Amino acid sequence: MNQMTSVEKTVSTEANKITAEGVQVYYGDTHAIKDVNVQIEDKTVTAFIGPSGCGKSTFLRCLNRMNDTIDICRVEGQILLDGENIYDRKVDPVQLRAKVGMVFQKPNPFPKSIYDNVAYGPRIHGLARNKAELDEIVEKALRRGAIWNEVKDRLHAPGTGLSGGQQQRLCIARAVATEPEVLLMDEPCSALDPIATAQVEELIDELRQNYSVVIVTHSMQQAARVSQKTAFFHLGNLVEFGETGQIFTNPTDPRTESYITGRIG
Amino acid sequence: MTDLTQNPASTPGQVPPRHGSLLTQGARTKRRNAAEKRFQLYGMIAIGIGLLMLVILVTTIVSRGLGAYQQTFVTLNVELLESKLDKNGNRDLDEIKKVSTFGYAPLVKTALADAVAGYGIDTSVPAKDMDDLLSKGAVAQLRDYVIENPDQIGQTVSFEFLASSRVDGYLKGRVSRESIANDKSISAEQLDLVDDLIEQGAIRKQFNLSFITGADASDQRPEAAGMGVSMVGSLFMMLVVLVLSLPIGVAASIYLEEFARKSWLTDVIEVNISNLAAVPSIVFGILGLAVFINYMHLPMSAPLVGGLVLTLMTLPTIIISTRASLKAVPPSIRDAALGVGASKMQAVFHHVLPLAAPGILTGTIIGLAQALGETAPLLLIGMVGFIASNAPDSIASGLLAPNSAMPAQIYEWAKRADPAFYERAWGGIIILLVFLVTMNTVAVILRRRFERRW
Amino acid sequence: MPVSWLILILAALTLGGYIAGRARARASVQGDVRRLHSLPSYYGYNVALFALVPALAVLALWLLAQPMLIDARVSGMIPDTLIPEGSNQSLVMSDVRRVADGLELAVSSGAMSADEVAALDADATDIRARLGEMGVALGSDVRPEVLEAAQAYRAMSSTGTLWMTGVVLVLALAGLAWSYSRTHSEFRARNVVERGVLTLLILAASIAILTTVGIVLSMLFETINFFSLHDWKDFFLGATWAPNFRGDSELSILPLLWGTLYISLIALIVAVPIGLFAAIYLSEYASKPVRAFAKPLLEILAGIPTIVYGLFALLTVGPLLVDIFGRGEEGLLGLNWMSGATSVLTAGVVMGIMLIPFVSSLSDDIINSVPQSMRDGSLGLGATKSETVRQVVMPAALPGIVGAILLAASRAIGETMIVVMGAGAIAKFSLNPLESMTTITTRIVSQLTGDTDFASPETLVAFALGLTLFVLTLGLNILALYIVRKYREQYE
Repeated sequence: MNQMTSVEKTVSTEANKITAEGVQVYYGDTHAIKDVNVQIEDKTVTAFIGPSGCGKSTFLRCLNRMNDTIDICRVEGQILLDGENIYDRKVDPVQLRAKVGMVFQKPNPFPKSIYDNVAYGPRIHGLARNKAELDEIVEKALRRGAIWNEVKDRLHAPGTGLSGGQQQRLCIARAVATEPEVLLMDEPCSALDPIATAQVEELIDELRQNYSVVIVTHSMQQAARVSQKTAFFHLGNLVEFGETGQIFTNPTDPRTESYITGRIG
Repeated sequence: MTDLTQNPASTPGQVPPRHGSLLTQGARTKRRNAAEKRFQLYGMIAIGIGLLMLVILVTTIVSRGLGAYQQTFVTLNVELLESKLDKNGNRDLDEIKKVSTFGYAPLVKTALADAVAGYGIDTSVPAKDMDDLLSKGAVAQLRDYVIENPDQIGQTVSFEFLASSRVDGYLKGRVSRESIANDKSISAEQLDLVDDLIEQGAIRKQFNLSFITGADASDQRPEAAGMGVSMVGSLFMMLVVLVLSLPIGVAASIYLEEFARKSWLTDVIEVNISNLAAVPSIVFGILGLAVFINYMHLPMSAPLVGGLVLTLMTLPTIIISTRASLKAVPPSIRDAALGVGASKMQAVFHHVLPLAAPGILTGTIIGLAQALGETAPLLLIGMVGFIASNAPDSIASGLLAPNSAMPAQIYEWAKRADPAFYERAWGGIIILLVFLVTMNTVAVILRRRFERRW
Repeated sequence: MPVSWLILILAALTLGGYIAGRARARASVQGDVRRLHSLPSYYGYNVALFALVPALAVLALWLLAQPMLIDARVSGMIPDTLIPEGSNQSLVMSDVRRVADGLELAVSSGAMSADEVAALDADATDIRARLGEMGVALGSDVRPEVLEAAQAYRAMSSTGTLWMTGVVLVLALAGLAWSYSRTHSEFRARNVVERGVLTLLILAASIAILTTVGIVLSMLFETINFFSLHDWKDFFLGATWAPNFRGDSELSILPLLWGTLYISLIALIVAVPIGLFAAIYLSEYASKPVRAFAKPLLEILAGIPTIVYGLFALLTVGPLLVDIFGRGEEGLLGLNWMSGATSVLTAGVVMGIMLIPFVSSLSDDIINSVPQSMRDGSLGLGATKSETVRQVVMPAALPGIVGAILLAASRAIGETMIVVMGAGAIAKFSLNPLESMTTITTRIVSQLTGDTDFASPETLVAFALGLTLFVLTLGLNILALYIVRKYREQYE
């Protein structure tokens, strides 16, 4: 770790979970993320907003190295999780992703039972010593996912048989079952109807008590409703980052203002 | 949210938060990563085995088959004695033809004995056994020459005779002094003589064009057997397959893809086609035997029948690939044509079909390549066990006269007892594979060249 | 050759019809083609179709039917006494046909006049020698009855051909004339032509059904014949396969089925793990260049004709296995478990190699159709790639992969050349993979090649075997295609 980051670390508050410094992302020849610096706090919901193709999802996927699965993707700069660079050569992405969970745009339950869907993470990470413990972890996660009451009688029914909103909450439960420290959500409500969206948003607010949540969203209303901090991305640049209230009521950058008032997007 | 009101720490199933560093791997992670490496290794091993098999197959074919393209020849000066070949001396062709190959045999024997004596080779092989070194076809070759050139009678002419398969095998390393211990066709003394003749340059190996152009030969003369006639047989079969399966296949695909409404009948046809593509080829052979030969009395072993059977076998392949190419033409093209008032038939024949043509052609070539290598159905319609000795002289006889086909010829050689034929079989495979590789390359080039991405 | 002339005349009439029809259409509107219902060329096509299609259809049917009818009548003329021992009617008939062809050739080449041929007498003339001069080789001397039959054959063929020519030409001209007379400006030529073409397309599509019907019927009739000669209980429930010519053959399918399934099982044991792991590696791990290199190379294995694999089994793998497991002290392991190159293992291993690309490319397709979001979901939870593959991708792809394996099994069961050359000819129940055993397909080949007598159960049993094989593979294919289709629907 170089000197600059250690200096940085001392000045940052205790609550800083993730610190990104000078992050650049390239897809082949395309420069997708240009020099992004951002601090994400613990036990806070941070929203990334911006027009389509602005790089907000790309940046989110950098935070747990999901971009590694894309051959042509290259990441420069550093992203610190609790002061450790996650792009360090010694870091195993598998271990990282156990700490930084992710929920995707489209609900993607595995073609397994509801129970097995949730138990999948704890099993691969070896979190339970016996069946009883695993049962408890699953129940706990489903409760946290606010879906326990709906599925407790049919834990062994296939997860693909649930409705869209239930599937997404199942996926959230699946993500929290591994006890991550950060939860990344990539437009988690874009495939859901308004009622399911409201349920998921309520859930996100609850999750804030235990996790640092980062959410990418298309909807500014959603960002305003669920987040405390908001980052506005435009054409691969982080234009503005600050308190959600301040971004929406009193943006400093004209581009942010244009986006919020609906002139670009 | 009642679910969340409990204090997490009080729940018994609560996992203690892991505050381990990302930079060090836990024991479990190490184990999991090792499993990951192993799994990846299995995949590489599987690919490796597959590729290794390909390499082994190709090297086996090439190393064992290339020998067939070299053949051992014996150069001899034969005196065409007038006293034996044309007793009356009037060069009447009919009279010369009356001398059978028996009449020519002594000439060859004498020539060989004279040559051995002339080179000053000291051998214990009696003169009458010397012609074991030569192919049994040597006298026929001599006779054919004399009948064609009767004016040469009385002269001494230099000939290149095929050596017998044992001598050929000796030069190629297939036959050794140990392996012929129980062989009546050749003795160790004769091999000594061969060594001496090689030294004198009278016996040598050279390129064997007649393997590619020539006809099959009987069990006794593996050295003379060639692929040429069976290649012609295959060619005629492919002609039949192309002429029948391309138009029928394209017509059927156009109907199914462009015109057929969804009904039980089209469903039946669809299921039928995909199943026909997977019916064992031998079943098509039974069909050919029962329908074309037993019922219609078409001739056995005829390339026409082989072609018909292979057509039925190839049709599903062609239909499936043609339908895929038709499907790849976007509906907007059809809409555009229909929109300016073309009939559906005009839209298909003027626009869709030309755009799908490269794909159709590619599929047809691949189907033909499959048909070319198919053997099993040909066994049942009699294209094996038949010695194809003459090339057909017209298109009609090419279709109807009994013939063999390349894969059938290879199988025929593989069945024979003399290992000298095995070399021929591998050599034949090289020719067959050259054809297949060429066809597939053409198909790939066509696809690359004309493939359109919509 | 009169038929080729006839076809040329038909082609000329078709072309003429096209030109005439088009010209008449133009003339009917005094050259102002806008007043025609259809484009002028459609009037041409209409006339051409009516001239060609009915005539051609009759020609084709006639060519198929005439030899059968003549054969039936001529073979009635040959007394049974004439059929020599060890021969049969069809051999004599082929002699008759050769003589008839020879006489035809003699007339057409001018060596003999038609009257001379008609006056030929088998006792007086050496017909074999005379035909031999013209290049028609006969196996034996021509007997009077054969000559008589040949004369009759020739006469009937020439009459038949004459009639055929007449009928076909009349039909072509009639079609031409009728459609020509209908050609006028109001006539909806395009609609008629398109309906005609559509009918042709439907006919082409129904050939697929005809083929299946042909397969089933051709085997069904002979199978029924077989069961009238041989007890069905022995075929399905017997324990021995021992055909002989004394008339008390035991022809049970069970030992053959055992050999077939055993060899197929070994082939699948070789092909499935290798093919599956290759597919997993190619679709989940391999970089683009590796994939672009390895995938086509593997697929070459699928394009190699089975005769090549057969030869490989017979001449390379078989002897290698004998070197390892056989030959006693001289062998590599000093064992003496294997005596000949043909064995279940030989055929099974080679067939397995053949099936590797079949399994791998089918599985590759299926693994690729598992949505990427599944993989993301698993990787996002911190699973490794192999955990993702084993616990998420594979279970999701399982139905499709089962379908692929069933298709491979059906290929293995129906494969002929590899087992003909590599498996051997002994029908028995044995668990030893180093022994040679035989399969359904090899027995079909051996019962239907060489001297066949279509009245003996030993030959007819091949059709019963063929039908069983057809039903077996058809069942597997339908099941497999159904599973794969269901699987595809799940992710569409």
